[in-house]
Amino acid sequence: MTPLLQVTDIAKFYGQRIGCTGVSFDLYPGEVMGIVGESGSGKSTLLNCLAGHLTPDRGSVCFDTRADGLRDTVSMSEPERRMLSRTDWAFVHQHARDGLRMNVSAGGNVGERLMAVGARHYGDIREAATDWLGRVEISVDRIDDRPTAFSGGMQQRLQIARNLVTGPRLVFMDEPTGGLDVSVQARLLDLLRGLVREMNLSAIIVTHDLAVVRLLADRLMVMKDGHVVETGLTDQVLDDPQHRYTQLLVSSVLQV
Amino acid sequence: MTEYNFAYLDEQTKRMIRRAILKGLAIPGYQVPFASREMPMPYGWGTGGVQVSAAVLTPDDTLKVIDQGADDTTNAISIRRFFEKTAGVAVTEATSDASVIQTRHRIPEEPLRDDQILVYQVPIPEPLRFLEPSEVETRKMHSLEEYGLMHVKLYEDISQHGAIATAYAYPVKVEGRYVMDPSPIPKFDNPKLEMAAIQLFGAGREQRIYAIPPYTQVVSLDFDDYPFEATKADHACDLCGAEDSYLDELIVDDAGARMFMCSDTDYCAKRRAQGHVGAQAAEDAA
Repeated sequence: MTPLLQVTDIAKFYGQRIGCTGVSFDLYPGEVMGIVGESGSGKSTLLNCLAGHLTPDRGSVCFDTRADGLRDTVSMSEPERRMLSRTDWAFVHQHARDGLRMNVSAGGNVGERLMAVGARHYGDIREAATDWLGRVEISVDRIDDRPTAFSGGMQQRLQIARNLVTGPRLVFMDEPTGGLDVSVQARLLDLLRGLVREMNLSAIIVTHDLAVVRLLADRLMVMKDGHVVETGLTDQVLDDPQHRYTQLLVSSVLQV
Repeated sequence: MTEYNFAYLDEQTKRMIRRAILKGLAIPGYQVPFASREMPMPYGWGTGGVQVSAAVLTPDDTLKVIDQGADDTTNAISIRRFFEKTAGVAVTEATSDASVIQTRHRIPEEPLRDDQILVYQVPIPEPLRFLEPSEVETRKMHSLEEYGLMHVKLYEDISQHGAIATAYAYPVKVEGRYVMDPSPIPKFDNPKLEMAAIQLFGAGREQRIYAIPPYTQVVSLDFDDYPFEATKADHACDLCGAEDSYLDELIVDDAGARMFMCSDTDYCAKRRAQGHVGAQAAEDAA
């Protein structure tokens, strides 16, 4: 079976400082991988390198494209990479404001990716937007409201709808539940878990919240100071942590 | 007259602008940066158009200047006088007699010929600007032909107003490649952008020149189920009776009575000289 994403020896340096280094892994279709670690451990740098927002200093990120099979997205031309990022890839930002157009209505936000790949029928775009707002549990009568009038949780769900409307195969998520209160987090996680299973999505989720990976991720990668210190099945890593840092991380979670 | 170089700008500047114009003509719809000069008039009064006109004028040219279709508004008269003074060229109000026409916000009703040049004054040349504030990003979008965002604007129009409510500066795609802002002309004029004359666009403050060569394909963007429509007030001109020209609406008394008249003053005057009579003129005669 071909992996959907094959990452080999990725490294990114900020001058003398290490962003992340020596990261390699394979991600198979339908698999969800979590990346956890403390602030500054390089997890966001890694995610941005994978999603093409940053150019890594070393290594390759091969993606199984629909047309030509495995292609290195680092050396791929920019138009091709941008095309990927609005068709087969999706990126969910921590702050919905970074991923949404705040001065465009909810419907327009969801429709943008469709129009970017050539949809030119208003009725069809409208219908897809309506459908997707329903799927992320946003009331359809809010379709013409701007995201500024939405709550934080709704904005985050709208961002997810906007990303998934073109049926991507790989979703990058950067702290998707950061900044939301716990009940809203729970609802969002529930929704994400449903969508991931239903659409057979592969996802890479960066978070510092162990509950998020426990619920969503099949596999886990623990990062510290730019290095991967432990990898394995989520339950295995969380229930029987081997590395000192992972043990610290797991024991730091407050038990209520 | 001798105080100024011909058409105010020095020869080096005119060469620089001509190079930008030629590049613009070679890549229809592409915004060519140029080193816009300070002109003796404020930004927003047509400094871009004036520089382009200055670069294309020759002593044998006949210049016409219109503002919203009219030859007799402050803006049109000052620019016309400016070139009379600095270039000593002949000026006219008749569209058919002019070889260079500088315009603000309108295309003349009378079809232009292939020996004429139409120069537009452009306030904001970037059609994507109000959706994407970053110039770096909009340039990238142009170069990679990523124009989905333009349709987001039209989508917003339909979702809010039930129809594409953009009535002026309606975005067009030139020769199947660049999306272009045709300057704030009413969308009624959009179909006329495919014409025999050379069309040059100058944006002074934003320092951009772009162009449409003669007989270039210009398509107004739209949706399959909401096609582009060139709209105008559903009325005939009250002065000359024309039903095919773009109309201005005037409120003429305190009771809210209104009249419609051609925005193209030359077109209206010519028709009246030919004996066409509109509703108002017929009333006055009676």
